[in-house]
Amino acid sequence: MAKHETPLLDQLESGPWPSFVSDLKQQAEVRAKNEANVEFQIPQDVVEDLMGVLELSFKHGRTHWKHGGIVGVFGYGGGVIGRYCDQPQQFPGVAHFHTLRVNQPSGKFYTTEYLRQLCDLWDFRGSGVTNMHGSTGDIIFLGTTTPQLEEIFYEMTHNLNQDLGGSGSNLRTPSDCIGAARCEYACYDTHALCYHLTQEYQDELHRPAFPYKFKFKFDGCPNCCVASIARADMSYIGTWRDDIPIDQEAVQAYIGGELPPNGGAHSGRDWGSFDIQKEVIDLCPTKCMWMEDNKLMIDNKECTRCMHCINVMPRALRIGEDRGLSILVGAKAPILDGAQMGSMLVPFVKAEEPYDEIKEIIEGIWDWWMEEGKNRERLGELMKRQGFQRLLEATGLKPDPRMVAEPRSNPYIFWKEEEVEGGWKRDINEFRKHHQR
Amino acid sequence: MAFVSSGYNPDKPMEDRMSDIGPKKYDEFYPPVIAKNKGKWLYHDILKPGVLVHVAESGDKVWTVRCGGARIMSTTHIREICDLAEKHCGGHLRFTTRNNIEFMVDDEKKVDPLIKDLESRKFDGGSFKFPVGGTGTSITNIVHTQGWAHCHTPATDASGPVKATMDVLFDYFKEHKLPAKLRVSLACCLNMCGAVHCSDIAILGYHRKPPLLDHEYLDKMCEIPLAIAACPTAAIKPAKVEIGGEKVNSVAVNEPRCMFCGNCYTMCPSMPLADQEGDGIVIMAGGKVSNRISTPKFSKVVVAFIPNEPPRWPKTTDTIKQIVQAYEKGANKYERLGEWAERIGWERFFEQCELEFTHHLIDDFRDPAYYTWRQTSQFKF
Repeated sequence: MAKHETPLLDQLESGPWPSFVSDLKQQAEVRAKNEANVEFQIPQDVVEDLMGVLELSFKHGRTHWKHGGIVGVFGYGGGVIGRYCDQPQQFPGVAHFHTLRVNQPSGKFYTTEYLRQLCDLWDFRGSGVTNMHGSTGDIIFLGTTTPQLEEIFYEMTHNLNQDLGGSGSNLRTPSDCIGAARCEYACYDTHALCYHLTQEYQDELHRPAFPYKFKFKFDGCPNCCVASIARADMSYIGTWRDDIPIDQEAVQAYIGGELPPNGGAHSGRDWGSFDIQKEVIDLCPTKCMWMEDNKLMIDNKECTRCMHCINVMPRALRIGEDRGLSILVGAKAPILDGAQMGSMLVPFVKAEEPYDEIKEIIEGIWDWWMEEGKNRERLGELMKRQGFQRLLEATGLKPDPRMVAEPRSNPYIFWKEEEVEGGWKRDINEFRKHHQR
Repeated sequence: MAFVSSGYNPDKPMEDRMSDIGPKKYDEFYPPVIAKNKGKWLYHDILKPGVLVHVAESGDKVWTVRCGGARIMSTTHIREICDLAEKHCGGHLRFTTRNNIEFMVDDEKKVDPLIKDLESRKFDGGSFKFPVGGTGTSITNIVHTQGWAHCHTPATDASGPVKATMDVLFDYFKEHKLPAKLRVSLACCLNMCGAVHCSDIAILGYHRKPPLLDHEYLDKMCEIPLAIAACPTAAIKPAKVEIGGEKVNSVAVNEPRCMFCGNCYTMCPSMPLADQEGDGIVIMAGGKVSNRISTPKFSKVVVAFIPNEPPRWPKTTDTIKQIVQAYEKGANKYERLGEWAERIGWERFFEQCELEFTHHLIDDFRDPAYYTWRQTSQFKF
């Protein structure tokens, strides 16, 4: 017999998609039976109380969680989100229900051995409820009490060689796509760069010293599977600057219908036979492709590397060999001043250890933002407030037409005195010698 | 429930302390075929929905079976995932950025038994535990936020509407029948932890009532200047209020200026916005993050408000299905939802999706609004 009736949640058990309600129920049952003899450090019926409070929210149409309090582990300003229930008498098991953000491994690859260790720790000292993974990328441990925080951190660092992720006004846990590990489109090793910068900036990640949050995301190619261009204050998007190698035999195999276009992505519907003119050449955004003597030709100088032709014919076309990445800056979700997409700052840089060139840019930006940014002002908002020119000054980068979609359409240039011949100091009396009042 | 110490000594927190060690290194976790062929992959094929094969220069192949999962996941469920990975995949697995689980094998013969095992497992309530799909031109898993399960500012739930929506879109998860991929995301308030602003279809929680003011406690709970500074429209000002014959410091809200962002509530718990009738869902459409063919796009608001209807949000899921079906019918091969809408024109989009165009959908928020109005004589009747 369940501790709380959940008639509304129960209606989310039917239907084909995996039901989180069914999963929570099985978890509640496993904890109640406790066949593994776990010495639970937080209430055994925590999951039942979680379902109870969620049912109440379904009934009220409002959340029953209060603001986070200031809880955390000693010496860190992030990684733990305090969470308290606003009906603690009714649901004592979730009266304290804090979240831990656990820094996920790059590419989100796991061994079962390691996942089981995480499960053992979380069953013992927490609710056993997780998110695999949270929006930013962390493993989320959902729900424990204040006295368990240090204990979990101690066990995690000492026994699992595992650290917490970021929260608050700090560097948030960086995240990456699968990259070179299993993708032929990866223009750089996203895992290596993500891991390297995460380790390099541990202090920035754990100790909030920024005006607001700051995110790094690493996409191996312009397909942007981790959405860096929309979500990261600094997004690192793989690209190349030489030619797309062409396997003409494979091109013919696509034309002849021996190979399915787009790796078989359209298999569920009859789109007719493959038409390279209509499906590739005419859709190229720069119209830099054509057929000549039955061969596919590309004017690579005109290519903007949108990935479409490569996506459609992955056996015939590949990314180039001279690879690196572009850095775009300032993306964010809407709060406060509307959503922003990342803006191109570094068109091309090689991604080679120890990544000094990349770190110089990062640190230049941070210095400027920490000096000038207002409380809760994201980098993108500071860029809008003070202008792209200040970003160039902060990073020491030279202006490049690749940074803009088009030049300005107003002439309101803030000339600086040192840019104007003779400076701004003038003598009015000298002027008046030639111009009467 | 006796307290069991980890070894941590609260009197000497720095004793034997380890910190700043970062995440586990990725290469501890690669399956052997991945470790061997990293950076040397030649191409991939999607053999059927949910099943990929990647081929390396060495001739090695790795088959991947992708299945959906709820973002809220219990350790019981994770242990079952581990059982599966140990049985079929040598103890390796990975998760995708969209909360899918990927099981990888290095031999074609292992694929079918793995799929059979995955598809045979159901929860007691009847839903699939590991539905296979979510590749190519399918609708893959919905990325989302915490909602009523764990957040203090949501205007809707997350896991509930996601489950209800994926039930309705389940055939699209299982099949490659759309013109291009279609990404659905949910954020339960406009803080957008889920960053839904560049999704083909975004489900966004939204408040519609200005904050309540808990004057008696406001000055005790909050830093009033921070609450005032938090407001993007400068709708909050300091105020003196009389409570039980006593003047207390508090704030006043210029209600017509409120955009219901909840930023004040984030800074000040004495200004709650949540309301059963006021809160609900905004549907946005046409965004994308990929640079493929056209440049990345923001999602546009296409339905200004749908009330919260727990437990299954039928109006929301019906509306989403309506948009998906119109897109499925109208778009060209490779065309993303936003590209389709731009090609046919947004006036035609509303017609084809049978959505009403209301004044709420015309931007009136600052400078960018102007750039969304029509500065040409060209339009379609």
